[in-house]
Amino acid sequence: MRIPCPFCGSRDSQEFSFLGQAGLKRPDPNAPDAQKQFHDYVHIRDNKAGVTKELWLHANGCRSWITVTRNTLTHEITGSEFASPLTKEAAQ
Amino acid sequence: MRYSVFSIVEQAFKGQKDWKPVWRYPEPKAEYDMLIIGGGGHGLATAYYLAKNHGYTNIAVIDKNYLGSGSVGRNTTIVRSNYQEPGNIPFYEHSLKLWEGLEQDFNYNAMMSQRGVLNLYHSDSQRDDYARRGNAMMMHGVRADLLNREQVHEIVPFMDFDNARFPIHGGLMQWRGGTARHDAVAWGFARGADSRGVDILQNTEAKQIRVENGKVTGVETSRGFIKAKKVGIVAAGNTTRIAETAGLRLPIESYVLQAFVSEAIKPLIPCVVTFGAGHFYISQSDKGGLVFGASLDYYTSYAARGNLPGVEDTIEEAMAIMPSISRVKLLRHWGGIMDMSMDGSPIIDKTGIDGLYINCGWCYGGFKATPASGYCLAHLMATDESHPVATALKLNRFETGYVIDEAGTGAQPNLH
Repeated sequence: MRIPCPFCGSRDSQEFSFLGQAGLKRPDPNAPDAQKQFHDYVHIRDNKAGVTKELWLHANGCRSWITVTRNTLTHEITGSEFASPLTKEAAQ
Repeated sequence: MRYSVFSIVEQAFKGQKDWKPVWRYPEPKAEYDMLIIGGGGHGLATAYYLAKNHGYTNIAVIDKNYLGSGSVGRNTTIVRSNYQEPGNIPFYEHSLKLWEGLEQDFNYNAMMSQRGVLNLYHSDSQRDDYARRGNAMMMHGVRADLLNREQVHEIVPFMDFDNARFPIHGGLMQWRGGTARHDAVAWGFARGADSRGVDILQNTEAKQIRVENGKVTGVETSRGFIKAKKVGIVAAGNTTRIAETAGLRLPIESYVLQAFVSEAIKPLIPCVVTFGAGHFYISQSDKGGLVFGASLDYYTSYAARGNLPGVEDTIEEAMAIMPSISRVKLLRHWGGIMDMSMDGSPIIDKTGIDGLYINCGWCYGGFKATPASGYCLAHLMATDESHPVATALKLNRFETGYVIDEAGTGAQPNLH
């Protein structure tokens, strides 16, 4: 599997490490239902069969966090972008 | 149906053409007392024990493919109970005890072979860790033997004891562990359930679990709606896809695990051996092939096929402990989808929806748990109470903080 890194170009997947589902938001610890929100944040995942957005770290490359769009049924990768808006801005 | 020397001789003269089917291919009834989603080892075992221990016979097991087409036929066939967490040991020991009497129980040859499971250690600190694990097992009444280098050498002299990076200092042995013929386990449970009146519906895909007023009413399948008072989800890697149709979100991610078989060689490995410095396990089948596997492919997948980095990693680990097999050819390798839970331990519990039960999170240790998993889910579905050995395997343990994390890696399923 090859992953298109927005900075380095197409690279072997072994250069990357996988974190999991993208777009999880750390809950507000002062919210009244913070305990439930943190439970969901830490433990509950969509685990979608199909197209997902997930976080990968280009650990043995440019060390950027990237958001990869990948199909978990076929392993086909259809897109990638810098996960952080700051990195995105700096690259432009 | 019974098998004997005479039936084999008889069939030899008949050109093997007179064997009868072992289970029926029934049409789905409109309504069942209980419906099990998933016709793998755990689902069939659940139906078997529901019929045998609790007297339920109006049950169906549905599977989207043929019987035993998933992970029950895609594993490395290892059976053991050498765990260290208090919530896990009684459960897996119950399972091993069931394994020991299983062939007599369902009257089918599952080729259960208690040849021993040997975990190698490669450093002083790892020896201490394994001693601790052995002590934890013994405190629950499970025997473990801590072996030194010489004792291990007597059992597996062909290992690379003086490897520069990972010398073998000894091992933790569970003699009662071993291997079993995985397909036969599924067939044995299937025959046992079928002969007690359980309908096994193959090629029947669960599309949607129907819930009304917080109570389960049945399952929409590819062969129409089937009404059921109680439904058990035993769908392994596809658990979250099915649970989602009932509005459940679970602490599960699906990953691929690969397993490998080499060409057959003469008897070499007398027991199951695991590599302590990585994650690699190897045994030899009765046919002579070396059966082995290693870690997961490290990203989520439903593809049921592996990627080459996983193959390379496995072979490297094999070479680190057994360079003697470097010229042995690989015959086949395959991938199965694992339902990886957030703490690496399974879940057998109610769901908050009346009549809907869940049995998932087997990670890559589901095969050894097959009998106890079915036994405990059957107990839960019949009595609405957790079986005494499965009281820790709750769905809400992630909220209460009582997680059972054998590896101590936290809520990152691909690291367990």
